[in-house]
Amino acid sequence: MAAPLIRARGLTRVYKLGGGDVHALRGVDLDIERGEYCAIMGASGSGKSTFMNLLGALDRPTSGALVVDGEALQDKRPDELAQFRNRAVGFVFQQFNLLPRTTALDNVALPLLYRGWSLARRRKRAEECLRMVGLAERMDHHPSQLSGGQQQRVAIARALAGEPAILLADEPTGALDSQTSDDVMDIFDRLNAEGITLIIVTHEADVGARARRRITFRDGLIVEDVT
Amino acid sequence: MSLMAAVLVALTALRINALRSFLAILGVIFGVAAVITTVSLADGARDAVETRIAALGANTLNISAGSRSRGGRQGGAGSDVPLNDADVNALRTELDFISAASGLVQAGVTAVVDGANWPTTLVGSNADYLDVRDWRLTEGRMFNEGEVQRASRLAVIGQTPARELFPSGGALGATIRVNSQPYEVVGVLSDLGAGAFGQDQNDVLLAPVSTVRSRVAGFARAGVRDPVQQVWVKVAPGVDMAAATAELEDFLRVRRNVAPGAEDNFSVRNFADLIRAFTETQRVLGLLLASAGLITLLVGGIGIMNVMLVSVTERTREIGLRLAVGARRRDIRNQFLIESVVLCSLGGVIGLGVGVAVAATIESFGPALGLTGLAVSVEPSIAVVAIGAAATVGILFGFYPALRASRLDPIEALRHE
Repeated sequence: MAAPLIRARGLTRVYKLGGGDVHALRGVDLDIERGEYCAIMGASGSGKSTFMNLLGALDRPTSGALVVDGEALQDKRPDELAQFRNRAVGFVFQQFNLLPRTTALDNVALPLLYRGWSLARRRKRAEECLRMVGLAERMDHHPSQLSGGQQQRVAIARALAGEPAILLADEPTGALDSQTSDDVMDIFDRLNAEGITLIIVTHEADVGARARRRITFRDGLIVEDVT
Repeated sequence: MSLMAAVLVALTALRINALRSFLAILGVIFGVAAVITTVSLADGARDAVETRIAALGANTLNISAGSRSRGGRQGGAGSDVPLNDADVNALRTELDFISAASGLVQAGVTAVVDGANWPTTLVGSNADYLDVRDWRLTEGRMFNEGEVQRASRLAVIGQTPARELFPSGGALGATIRVNSQPYEVVGVLSDLGAGAFGQDQNDVLLAPVSTVRSRVAGFARAGVRDPVQQVWVKVAPGVDMAAATAELEDFLRVRRNVAPGAEDNFSVRNFADLIRAFTETQRVLGLLLASAGLITLLVGGIGIMNVMLVSVTERTREIGLRLAVGARRRDIRNQFLIESVVLCSLGGVIGLGVGVAVAATIESFGPALGLTGLAVSVEPSIAVVAIGAAATVGILFGFYPALRASRLDPIEALRHE
């Protein structure tokens, strides 16, 4: 049997804040297989964001082991983590985080810049990704000329550009109205159906309901894991 | 990420904030412009002075009586027993390394032709004076030594009085009156250009030294026959100037009874040395001005640093996003460093243009403001140095902001409001 895409063992993360230590994660064990659709849920301060940052290689665990897509992230240096993020992870954020006064096309092409691709190749791939989220007609628009839902779709296209192993979405519908949220979630459902591994951090029950697996955090531990 | 791609990213970021980018580089523009202007003017002045040294003839010596001290009171230069015609003759005939020698007296006079008059300098000299100074005539002739002996009332006039007194030409053979005495114009000097210190050398009236002495008051000195104010000599080509000067001084010490070890009662000046000293002063002044320009450039650099720091803070989320999608720390550092260098180099190029324009303006309007002898010389090397200096300022003052940007924590940066 193949190794899982994500394997966490005894994962802890301790922040030094002021005088005391804050234990954000207290020993998390978790396996996620390729192609899964997971929702990570929990109240704020439950450790779900910390876990997300570790999965996305934005942060390193204080102790424990984390293997994602065959790479042991706990031992990597910052530049190696950057290269890992570029290759294996696509991020979708609550606030979209698009570059202002930059076209949708160039926003989507941004991750490929750090892969050393030529401009023509970057733009070709970016165009494909915008087509996947139904924004082929808006390639030359700046973020300020797009609605919130369209901006989030550009962000999803950007996350897809590097053909990552995992798509990590952090409250992707938090800044959208319910109709637009549904549209965005439909895109996620479709992408997962096409085989991409999707992990969504959310506290919205109806978003969680779409996922086939719900992992709930409380006080730095997984308290519920239902399929 | 390739350098070309990084430069493109930087240019895009700078274009997005065009106004701020422009304001940021104003200091650099002024600094580079100041350096270019001052250095160009200093270079131009040096070139001009060197041309004049060549024109003056580096083998010319000027002798005048020394200062006399009596009863502990030091007189002014030339207050000692003056040199005279006999000295001029002796120098010319007894020292074989002197190829030409002339006495000189001069006075400010007003020259009159019919209704026109012109204030000018009347110079009394010997026939050799043209040879000593390497001056040429455009028409007519120089008076000869026989005419000097007879104190003939003849004049050789410079271009300026020729133009002012004879606007429609016909100077040669005409009569000029100086102090009510008529002088026949026998020659007209060619254009002599500006003097070593910017004065108009063309504004001159030459006449035999004997004539000027007898017809213009103020040259008689008790106990000295035929006195002159200065003696000009030309050293023959190929003779070492230092050796010639030393020998000339020995000769005059004997002739003027200077006791061994006593102070000379005359002074010999080498014009080339004088002009070099003047040039040195100019060079120091130029350095001073260039330093002021460099300080402006440094202040401009601080402005760049300030703007880059603001830019880093403002773009914290962008930095976070770039880190999240795979930028390494050095990609971020290079991005901001390249922005700073591109910005400063742009300032350098604009500053170069402004500096050259200002220097050219000074050159063309200087004479109208009474600043003669200005010249501008922009050497390609200085342009390269100026832009290089601006780029260096970009690296120096852009490094800290760039380092700060590259050290941001991606999670913190993404959360930044």
